[in-house]
Amino acid sequence: MSAHGTTAGVDLDAGKVRIPAGHPLARLGPIAFGVGALGLVVAFLVTRGDTRVFAFSWLVAFLFTLSIALGSLYFVLVHTAMQGGWGIVVRRLAENAMAAIPAFALLLLPIVLYREELFPWIREIAEGKDHILHGKEPYLNVPFFLTRAVVYMVVWSAIALFFYRGSRRQDATGDHAISVRLRQWSGPAIIALGLTHSFAAFDWIMSLDPHWYSTIFGVYSFAGSLLAGWSFLVLVLVALRRFHLLDDIVGPEHYHDLGKLLFAFTVFWAYIGFSQYFLIWYGNIPEETIFFRHRLEGSWRGASFLLAAGHFVLPFFFLMPRAIKRRPATIALGAGWLLLMHYLDVTWLVMPSLRPHGVAFGIADVACLIGFLGIFLGVFVRLTVGAPLVPIRDPRLPESLGFENI
Amino acid sequence: MAAWGLLAEYETPKALREACERMRDAGFSRWDAHTPFPVHGLDRAMGMRRSLLPWIILVLGLGGAATGFALQWWVHAKAYPLVISGKPYFSWPAYIPITFELGVLGGALGAVFGMLGLNQLPRHHHPVFESERFKRASDDRFFVSVEAADPRFDAAATRRLLQDGATAVESIEDEA
Repeated sequence: MSAHGTTAGVDLDAGKVRIPAGHPLARLGPIAFGVGALGLVVAFLVTRGDTRVFAFSWLVAFLFTLSIALGSLYFVLVHTAMQGGWGIVVRRLAENAMAAIPAFALLLLPIVLYREELFPWIREIAEGKDHILHGKEPYLNVPFFLTRAVVYMVVWSAIALFFYRGSRRQDATGDHAISVRLRQWSGPAIIALGLTHSFAAFDWIMSLDPHWYSTIFGVYSFAGSLLAGWSFLVLVLVALRRFHLLDDIVGPEHYHDLGKLLFAFTVFWAYIGFSQYFLIWYGNIPEETIFFRHRLEGSWRGASFLLAAGHFVLPFFFLMPRAIKRRPATIALGAGWLLLMHYLDVTWLVMPSLRPHGVAFGIADVACLIGFLGIFLGVFVRLTVGAPLVPIRDPRLPESLGFENI
Repeated sequence: MAAWGLLAEYETPKALREACERMRDAGFSRWDAHTPFPVHGLDRAMGMRRSLLPWIILVLGLGGAATGFALQWWVHAKAYPLVISGKPYFSWPAYIPITFELGVLGGALGAVFGMLGLNQLPRHHHPVFESERFKRASDDRFFVSVEAADPRFDAAATRRLLQDGATAVESIEDEA
């Protein structure tokens, strides 16, 4: 199929693949970064004296934004491993999102600093009264917890930068061997990422409720992460359209495929989410059911139903028709909604530990979210402005440009 | 032996597409294109409408899911109420796996048999198989076939329409 529709008719130098200096988008980067930094300071100030609220708000925003970056990393790795052709034109934007991962190492520090506010097992194990936690001590202890956090960050950053640098080097040299080498490493990288992501989800989300456990939790976590990554990508693509960037390069065919992935992983998320609920409901063991009991009490009950309806039922039927996936405005609506639902998902996972009696959003939550999104967008825009918007010398670029769904 | 229709042979996908566009614009309805591999843009060139298949799959998929759920509800909550592991009679979470599976089954059956039905398959024979040339439809040639039964069909005019860019146009006889 690569024989059809080559670069003919698509001029890659026509100012559609680069953001020129002085472009309004170029100014957006520092503004976003500044607003973000301000947001985080505000979050700290408004919670002054209540480090627990600050730490939880920070954790939610951290996990939400990080999952966008990790989802982008998954996309790049999987697309590379599969020798995908269609997505080459959107890959650079995902690469820019994943290249922001090293920044999260710094943003992790408050979580490490306020770990005792977040993770009750630290104090409970020190008190030595809890029999169950005593049994989990070989895994749940502070030195190992900190070591793991360092390992996650190092592994994610190393993978992200390795693939980012390879792709950028190919912009300069056009060397096909780079594609081959990246593909060879993509398989092991997916395994490393899947494992570290799962354990990070155990450490930073599951251990908020240290008696509770669910072996499928890692999968649940990265199902949401992939959705967040693609949703972000769709929103960025539609935003770039307004500036006539990537015109004729990214079209309905590419939106269609991204839409199919959003649809598929909406189902996948629900499949995993229900499997988790189903086995816990069926087994009916108190230390497992406690997780859902917390989430079916007070206004969390409403949040649980909203999550099931808004994260699955609604997008499932909305994303089903072909026309929805091919029209930028409608697919962006779906992507924006899914990103919102992903934020609800992360809140739903984390916040019942802080606010067991009901859903509530404070200024700190909003400020942290703005803070993280601002800083993330700041880094993302900086990388996006500094490089071509597509990997201009990727050997599969012509295939991606001429891609058509049959 | 009655004339079934015409079969035109083309060497390239481009020539085929152009012939299809001419057929489409002339308003033919009982005709088809035959290619050894999927040709991009052929749907458009032929003026094909979107297939009905997705709707068949949706209806059968939802129907399957509804059947699966209703069956379990009827069995567990109405016809044979038994307490199973201390759960209520109507324990909907337990019904979801079967509901899901029957939904998938309905959708899959709809996809396979809907596709076969809409393609009027299976059939054991087709008049174009009489053509020696047509064997290359699975190798390196592209064909357009038109039925004489088409209201727009005219042996001479349709032949002229197909001629442009074709390596051969032959008349197909119906055995039956």
